[in-house]
Amino acid sequence: MQQTITQKILSRAANRRFVEAGESVWLNVDVLLTHDVCGPPTFDIFKQEFGAGAKVWDPKKIVVLPDHYIFTANEHAHRNIDLLRQFAKEQQLEHYYDVGTERYRGVCHVALAEEGFNLPGTVLFGTDSHTCTSGAFGMFGSGIGNTDAAFILGTGKLWEKVPESMKFTFDGQMPEYLTAKDLILQILGDITTDGATYRAMEFDGEAVYSLPIEERMTLTNMAIEAGGMSGIIAADAITEAYVKARTSAPYEVFQSDLDAKYHSKYRYDVRKLEPVVAQPHSPDNRATVRSVQGTKITKSYIGSCTGGKLTDFVMAARILKGKQVAVTTNIVPATVKVARDLESTQFEGQSLRQIFLDAGCSIALPSCAACLGGPADTVGRSVDNDVVVSTTNRNFPGRMGSKHAGVYLASPLTAAASAITGKLTDPRDFL
Amino acid sequence: MESIIQGKAYVLGKNIDTDQIIPAEHLVYSLSDPEEVKLYGKYALSGVPPAEGGLPKGNIPFIRDGSFSSEFTIIVAGPNFGCGSSREHAPFALQVAGAKAIVAESYARIFFRNCVDGGFVIPYETQEHLNELIETGDELKIDVEKNTIENLTRKVTYNLNPLGDVLSIVEAGGIFSYARQNNLMAQG
Repeated sequence: MQQTITQKILSRAANRRFVEAGESVWLNVDVLLTHDVCGPPTFDIFKQEFGAGAKVWDPKKIVVLPDHYIFTANEHAHRNIDLLRQFAKEQQLEHYYDVGTERYRGVCHVALAEEGFNLPGTVLFGTDSHTCTSGAFGMFGSGIGNTDAAFILGTGKLWEKVPESMKFTFDGQMPEYLTAKDLILQILGDITTDGATYRAMEFDGEAVYSLPIEERMTLTNMAIEAGGMSGIIAADAITEAYVKARTSAPYEVFQSDLDAKYHSKYRYDVRKLEPVVAQPHSPDNRATVRSVQGTKITKSYIGSCTGGKLTDFVMAARILKGKQVAVTTNIVPATVKVARDLESTQFEGQSLRQIFLDAGCSIALPSCAACLGGPADTVGRSVDNDVVVSTTNRNFPGRMGSKHAGVYLASPLTAAASAITGKLTDPRDFL
Repeated sequence: MESIIQGKAYVLGKNIDTDQIIPAEHLVYSLSDPEEVKLYGKYALSGVPPAEGGLPKGNIPFIRDGSFSSEFTIIVAGPNFGCGSSREHAPFALQVAGAKAIVAESYARIFFRNCVDGGFVIPYETQEHLNELIETGDELKIDVEKNTIENLTRKVTYNLNPLGDVLSIVEAGGIFSYARQNNLMAQG
C-alpha cells in the first residue's frame, strides 16, 4: 500500500506496517516537550493519576524548556519555574534547561532543533500548539494539552487519529524579496484558519528544498494556524547535515510514496508570489503588502519561534543596515544561541547586533516575550490601540496584549522595512 | 454523564481562539489550588472583544463584574472554536465558569481533544448555523441520548452530530478513567 510520509512515521510509531487515514492508533512517543506554562499543570495531573511517588516513563525522553514568562516580576510565573525545577529534580530529568543558569536556552521549538532533539522519522508531542515546527525535520510533531501530556509522562503512549495529508508544492527559485513567511501566509489566505483541521500539511518543491532549515521551520510552525495537526517536510541533505552537526542519535528518513493518497494538492510558482501580510485579526486575512502600504504602525516586532531565528535577523539586517527606525522596534532572539549569533554574524562588515542598535532597535533577552502578550511587564507587549507589524504567528484579538490593538503578521523583511518608514512597506522598496 | 443538559445560551461568532477564551496573562494561576482556580472562572472568555460577546446583541459579558461563574451554561458558536494555542486552561476555564457543553460548527483539534480527554465540557458539533438561530439568554436543552438540542424559548429542535469515536471517553469522564476501564495504563 502507498503511504504518505506521515503515515509511514505513524506506522513505525504504532508498530504497524500500514496505517490508514482516519483510524485512531496508539503511538509510542519518542520525545515529550513541555514548558513553564503547561508543565506545572501537566505534572500535577501526572501525580494525581499515577500517584505522588510515580516515576515518568523515560526521563531521557522528556525535554523541559521554560520559555514563556521568563523575564517578568510576576510571582506566579516565578512559581511555575520553581515547580518545573522541583519536578525535574525529583524525576532526574537530564533535559531540563533551567532559567537563570547557563543551561537556559529560550524558545522551545527553536531550542529543540539546536539541541538535536528533532530527528527525522520520530514522533514528538509537546504541550504547545507550535510543536508542529519540528516537522521541518521530516518527523511528526504535534501539540497537545496537559491531560494528554500527563498520559504520555506515565505511559509513553498516546492515541491519535491518523491524519489525511494536504500537499503544498512550491516551484521555482525564491526571489530575494520573498521568504517562507510569505509562502505560509499565502497558503493561509487560500485555505483559511480551519482549512487543514485534523490534517497533515506536507510541503515540497524546488523552492522549499532551497530553503535553510530555519526557514523551513517557519513553514511548518504555522501549520497550526490553518488548524493542521502537523506540518512536514521530508528530510534531505540540508536536514541531515543540520542534525548530524548536533547529535549522533539514530534516525530514519521517510519519503511519501509517489502515488500516496492526498486530501488535496496545491501548487505555487514562487516567482509569481509577492510579499504579503495577514491583517488583523486573523492569520488568514491575507493582503499583499503593496495593497495595504502606507498603513500607519506604532510598533515593529521581530521575534518568536516563527520569526526570531538567525535567518530572520539576517533578513532584517539587510534592510536595517545604515537606516533608522521610525517606531519602537523590538528585536527578540528566540534563543541564547541566536542572541550570541547576532554578535558573531556579520552583514557587510558589521555584526547584526550592531546594525540593530545603530538603527535604533531595542534588543531583548531570548524568550517568547510579547508574541502571546504575557504578564503586564513583558517586553514589546501591545498596549491600547497599538498597530504592530510582527514576525510572529498569530494575530487573533488580544494576542500580543491589548485586545484593542491590531497585529499585521509579516516577514522579517516587511517588518524591517515598515519599521523604517513607520508605515506598512513592501521590502522591495529597500532591496 | 448527565442525560439532559439544560441552561442558558451564550452565543459567539467564528474562530474563537484560546487567547479569547483565557488571555495568556492569566495562565500563571495554579490549576489545582482551589482559590486560584476560581480566577479561571472569573476571566473565562474575557478576551472576546465586547461587541462580539453575547450575540446577536453583543456587549453581554460571559461573567458579570465581580463574579467567578457564569449564568450561561451552554456556549453556541460558529466554526473553528478553540483555535490557536494548546492551553488546556481554556476548556478548564469554561468548566470552572460553569459551562457544561459547547455547540459549535467545528473545533480546532487540540481544543477538542482537551475537552474530551480532560473531561471538562462536552464539545458537540452541529451542521446547522446555530449561532445565527439562537440568541444569548435562550433556554436550551440538550438530549444526550438523542443527540438533539431544543431551544425552549423558541420551541425549535435541532440535531447534533453524534460524538462518535470519542463518546466512550466522554462517558468515562476523560482519558484516564477511560484508560483504566480498558487496561491501557500499563507502562512501556
